[in-house]
Amino acid sequence: MEDLLKLSITEISEKLDKKEVSSVELTKLVLEQIKLKDPEIKAFITVSEKEALEQAKEADMRISIGKRLSKLDGVPISLKDNILTKGIRTTAASKMLKDFVPAYDATIVERLKNAGAIIVGKTNLDAWAHGSSTENSDFFTTRNPHDLDRVPGGSSGGSCAAVASGMGFASFGTDTGGSIRQPAGFCSVVGLKPTYGRASRYGLVAMASSLDVPGPITKTAQDAAILLEIISGKDTKDSTIVSNKTFDSNLIAKSQKLKAGLRIGLPKEYFAKGLDPKIEEKVKDAVKILEGQGAKVKQISLPMTDYALAVYYIIQPAEVSSNLARYDGIRYGYSVTSNKRQVTSIKNLEELYLKNRGEAFGSEAKRRIMLGTYVLSSGYFDAYYKKAMKVRTLVIKDFEKAFKEVDVIITPTSPTLPFKIGEREKDPLSMYLADVYTVGANIAGITAVSIPCGFVEANRILHIANRDQNKNDKPYAISHKLPVGMQILGPQWSEELILSIADKYEKLIK
Amino acid sequence: MTKISKSEVEKIAELSKIHLTDNEKEKYSNELSSVLGYVEKLQKIKTDNVEETSQVTGLTNIYREDKVSNIWKADKDVKKNTKELLSNAKEKKGDYIKVKQMLG
Repeated sequence: MEDLLKLSITEISEKLDKKEVSSVELTKLVLEQIKLKDPEIKAFITVSEKEALEQAKEADMRISIGKRLSKLDGVPISLKDNILTKGIRTTAASKMLKDFVPAYDATIVERLKNAGAIIVGKTNLDAWAHGSSTENSDFFTTRNPHDLDRVPGGSSGGSCAAVASGMGFASFGTDTGGSIRQPAGFCSVVGLKPTYGRASRYGLVAMASSLDVPGPITKTAQDAAILLEIISGKDTKDSTIVSNKTFDSNLIAKSQKLKAGLRIGLPKEYFAKGLDPKIEEKVKDAVKILEGQGAKVKQISLPMTDYALAVYYIIQPAEVSSNLARYDGIRYGYSVTSNKRQVTSIKNLEELYLKNRGEAFGSEAKRRIMLGTYVLSSGYFDAYYKKAMKVRTLVIKDFEKAFKEVDVIITPTSPTLPFKIGEREKDPLSMYLADVYTVGANIAGITAVSIPCGFVEANRILHIANRDQNKNDKPYAISHKLPVGMQILGPQWSEELILSIADKYEKLIK
Repeated sequence: MTKISKSEVEKIAELSKIHLTDNEKEKYSNELSSVLGYVEKLQKIKTDNVEETSQVTGLTNIYREDKVSNIWKADKDVKKNTKELLSNAKEKKGDYIKVKQMLG
């Protein structure tokens, strides 16, 4: 049965159709896997066993009368815990929302439920999606299934670790600066950041509204396409959705060959100092495979790359400070008034706000709220925020120019391999640099996917206590493999093209 | 390089409505300075005739009919809805949320 957990949605869907396995059996299998694996990986904040089994029973009823709603009908998946689920606690991994139970579903959740998805639980993230490792979660750190001493990436680290270890066939994350793609690369799964305006943000715990997008985390490009089709399209509750854009996942399966004369650009700024040479080699090997199928590869330049991250660390905290202003602990969320002793010492509403927010926001949330407040404050607005909005235009132009020369751009998803837990926690700026290859797509609002492109050797140091004093006491290293992610970026609305390239690549290396 | 002093941190925290401990003030003075130092590189770029980007879809004015709609698929039972919505508030009195005195 273990093998079933390794299958893609496309494969498991066939088995459900042929009644080789039932949705209840599959759901129980996933729940057992969570019980077995999650104590060490810690991907889940909430497991919704009861609800999942109820949904699975309903799916089996539909299957028995031959009325499956979609390929996802009866398939167990998870959701990042900043996606609102009616009646199921949604925390954003924050102390502020620790016991928050939403009264409504996010639009994408509503659509997933209408397609018959079984939701087994809510996964860990950096609190409020602020971070690149899940170490900023106010609850606990998720571990990378490929090396438990390393981070799974973030902020959708719980979702990616869950998919990588068979705890659900797919997951959904949110991507503001790389939060789907970077952990997908670190955990060796597929992570798609859709074009901004493709999928509704209604019911996501908002981080930076001009950058946020929800997207699928899967085992294959084909699965990502199936899930994108389900969640995308017009939504009266999110007026930033471009309503005439539709997406048909069947087109990807139909195209057997790489697009004739496909032009791939490799930006020199991404293959530069700071990139781990082992990662560079893997990504270039993957590009060679595509070249062998007729793709034309050329070096391009995205001169604004270095500035995109600076733009991101102004615009993003500015929008964060505005979005997190709503959390005051009055209508919902953490409040010091739960503690009777504190209550009597608080004189007025202002003081209650200060206390609630001071106690419930973690250090990264505070850092971003204050950074955002600073760059938006009178006297600094022009120098920081306005300047960043102008440079954002230049970053967009960079990509527009590049996409005149090439159809897609290929880069590593991250300059480094998954780093060790605790390694970057002390220095916020070094953590911010983890996003350097991914923020560009959010700044420009384009689409990008991270796909696995192999593993490289990394040394793992083992310290053995109580070793013989007379012997050489150097810690010894055993070789150990860590995943590498490759990012394919395309213009706005080019999901079909980038997923189709990812799909062909997967098939070529099989 | 921009240096955010402790008193500036206090001012920003007040605007952000966040109570900080003394240790935190010290910590954020260093950390905010370091991030602001990093983003300062944008000043090197000429942007005299560049327009600002505040959104990327190019959409303008999305209208809907001015009609009440049940977007939450709320229950017909109003009392049940009220109860659900109030369930997350910490201090309540009947169907109302209790707050502290606002003035004085």
